[in-house]
Amino acid sequence: MIEVKNINKSFGSNKILKDLSASFQTGKVNMIIGQSGQGKSVLAKCIVGLHEVDEGVVSYDGRNFSELDNFQRREIRKEIGMLFQGSALFDSMTVEENIMFPLKMFTDMSKKEMLERVNFCLDRVNLSGKNKLLPAECSGGMQKRIGIARAIAMKPKYLFCDEPNSGLDPRTSIVIDNLIKEITYEFNITTVVISHDMNSVIEIGDNIIFIHEGQNWWNGDRNSIIKTDNKEINDFVYASEFMGRIKLLMQKNL
Amino acid sequence: MKVLVNIGKYFMMLGIVFSKPEKWKIFRVRLFNEIEAIGIKSLPIVTILSVFMGAVISLQTASNMDSPLLPEYTIGFITRSSTILEFSPTILSLILAGKIGSNIASEIGTMRVTEQIDALETMGVNSLSYLVLPKLSAAVLFFPIITIYSIVLSLIGGWIAIISSNLSTTETYVLGLRSFFVLGNIGYALVKTVVFAFVIVSISSFYGYYTKGGALDVGRSSTQAVVISSIVILICNFFLTQMILL
Repeated sequence: MIEVKNINKSFGSNKILKDLSASFQTGKVNMIIGQSGQGKSVLAKCIVGLHEVDEGVVSYDGRNFSELDNFQRREIRKEIGMLFQGSALFDSMTVEENIMFPLKMFTDMSKKEMLERVNFCLDRVNLSGKNKLLPAECSGGMQKRIGIARAIAMKPKYLFCDEPNSGLDPRTSIVIDNLIKEITYEFNITTVVISHDMNSVIEIGDNIIFIHEGQNWWNGDRNSIIKTDNKEINDFVYASEFMGRIKLLMQKNL
Repeated sequence: MKVLVNIGKYFMMLGIVFSKPEKWKIFRVRLFNEIEAIGIKSLPIVTILSVFMGAVISLQTASNMDSPLLPEYTIGFITRSSTILEFSPTILSLILAGKIGSNIASEIGTMRVTEQIDALETMGVNSLSYLVLPKLSAAVLFFPIITIYSIVLSLIGGWIAIISSNLSTTETYVLGLRSFFVLGNIGYALVKTVVFAFVIVSISSFYGYYTKGGALDVGRSSTQAVVISSIVILICNFFLTQMILL
């Protein structure tokens, strides 16, 4: 489980996170949602240590990450897989080399074992046989799946996905969502997903954290988010006309 | 104030760069890749520049020798001295600062804005050491070889220009090259080269690594890297000359 307690983060005079506390449960898809500019990505970057928190504690299964120096943090980071918004694949490397990279860096596996692991990961994201392609030769959806394959190569305990559906068509989004859900349950990973996409939230969100004005405004599961009467959440969830109609239908049925 | 902050950040960066590589095997592979990218791929431009600069130095020297009191071997002597003392270590480094410096800053800068550096960090990789140390080592190891190569080609360029223009004979030119030769000057040139190699790669990596924003900012970082590297090279050149030659 990942826990953040009373964290604050400012950039100059702009206070982004305000005394925010939350916990992300093991074996579940934890979703951080909220409008743009509310601090979702900053929160995720604070959790993985790409941003330093000004105050507060980030802990991974009881290990206080905030107190560790960079070298000690690297040990915890080896247990983290991260899918970036733009996939962040190494563009000078092939798909195979991208996925093999953390294995080469941190394990003593033989070339054959590494290749087996790469093929397993590619198979897991339905991209078998795409080993020799360069990232530039892959579509956006493929790049996201390669990003997931690279993230799970080291059998991580924690998986972070920053807007995994951005720039993807609805069908590919569903594929990515299902993949994240399956991997989370299959490997019992603590998954944290940052998303704007309400379809994803309803589809895969086990534990949903709504960030508003830099605070943990609301916390619940996918069933309770639909029924809540919290104004800020309703403004966010039912922002589109389509979702508004669904809400009316649900209210009629109730 | 910003300058002081950047100087502090630069030295802190160097502290992280010089930490032990995660795996020596990977470092070795990256080192050879960088020797190819920084060193071998610079050889064509170094060849062209050296031959023509050597030729121009010898022709200019010959055209300025108005006094009959000046011996003819002065052409070879001046060509050798200018090449060893200034052209091959300094002017060539300034030119390579443009070629290699902009390349390094834009490569690392692009990795920064496309979150590839963040990806390395979240994996637990020391991104600075992984990206910069092989480049720094390759440049420091290979720049002296480039300098020696450039000196030789420059002297050959001078000889070709003098002979083809009938301004002197091969014997006289060679006599000039051998006259009043100070071996220490080669050492001076190599020390300068190593310092300039370090300056070019470390400053360019610094500007690339701390790029913020998008494509425009990568371009800006690349320009800054070349400008600042060139200025620092000139300042170092002055102090090294004072320390070693005087």
